[in-house]
Amino acid sequence: MSMQGFQMDLVSEHRLSEMTPVEKVRFIIDEVKSGKILVLEKGLSPEEEASLIEMTMTLIEPDGFSGIEMESYPSEVDNSFIGKLLKKNSLKTRLTVIGPADQLKTLKKDRNMISALISTNK
Amino acid sequence: MGVIKKFKRNFSDVFKRLFKKQNARIGIYGPPNAGKTTLANRILRDWTGDAMGSVSNIAHETRRARRREGVTIKTNGSSITLDIIDTPGLATKIDFHEFMEQGMDEAESKRRAKEATEGVIEAVKWLENLDGVILVMDATEDPFTQVNVTVIGNMEARSLPLLIVANKVDLADAAPATIRDAFPQHPMVSISALEGKNIDTFYEELAKRFG
Repeated sequence: MSMQGFQMDLVSEHRLSEMTPVEKVRFIIDEVKSGKILVLEKGLSPEEEASLIEMTMTLIEPDGFSGIEMESYPSEVDNSFIGKLLKKNSLKTRLTVIGPADQLKTLKKDRNMISALISTNK
Repeated sequence: MGVIKKFKRNFSDVFKRLFKKQNARIGIYGPPNAGKTTLANRILRDWTGDAMGSVSNIAHETRRARRREGVTIKTNGSSITLDIIDTPGLATKIDFHEFMEQGMDEAESKRRAKEATEGVIEAVKWLENLDGVILVMDATEDPFTQVNVTVIGNMEARSLPLLIVANKVDLADAAPATIRDAFPQHPMVSISALEGKNIDTFYEELAKRFG
């Protein structure tokens, strides 16, 4: 009997940090379009999230890919002395889960908890 | 026209273009059906006498970003002039079947879905060209599940001002305090864009944050 299910990849901060922003977006899109659920240890920067949304929109097709579900905890602003000195906020991004919109559905989310339903039926 | 006169005029135009103070560009973002266009219409009706666009209960009614330049808001003896951009907001998924559930035929639903994706791309691109954001949230919905934190993150990363609006406080199940608790680092005003409730406080906060 073959096992039915979905593939979930837990992606370390180290793995993503080796990629450029463009590579990260491409990697995530390719994996999610192939039906995988990704859990990113440290999430994406706000700019990378915006790029991911933009690319997702360009790839949506009727009766095909309908987009992604992306949930992350709210990022935290690093109020360190250096950050203030440079007058640029450094954000501490946090765990993020991304998957195909027709398979992953967020049920509930608060500051420190994401509860999601993963469907094996497309 | 004399050469000197012409030179003077050209020089004056270039000078004006170089040093003209640009109005702060403020984008209105938020989840579908939170009341973004209702708020944009309220601002424009109050201060210019006309409206931004049509509203409906169907998600993605606004599928193109619309800009209105030079909206002057007077409050507490001071005045600010803003460019207001009503955006379709950021969505991560668009399924044409949702439009069909609202009674549209397949062709129309697919057309709308395509336009909606283009609208989201516009909303993403606008993020880079803004001086601040009004984030409209539905006070009757859970704050964390309705908001896409991308907009908040982008503003925070660039140290740009964000004003959170807890909308629909005219409804019995509105709970604006839960929105305040969810995002304590940003100022919040609770309003009803539809009925105008607390709108003066909103304008005061707008002037304070973006003036």
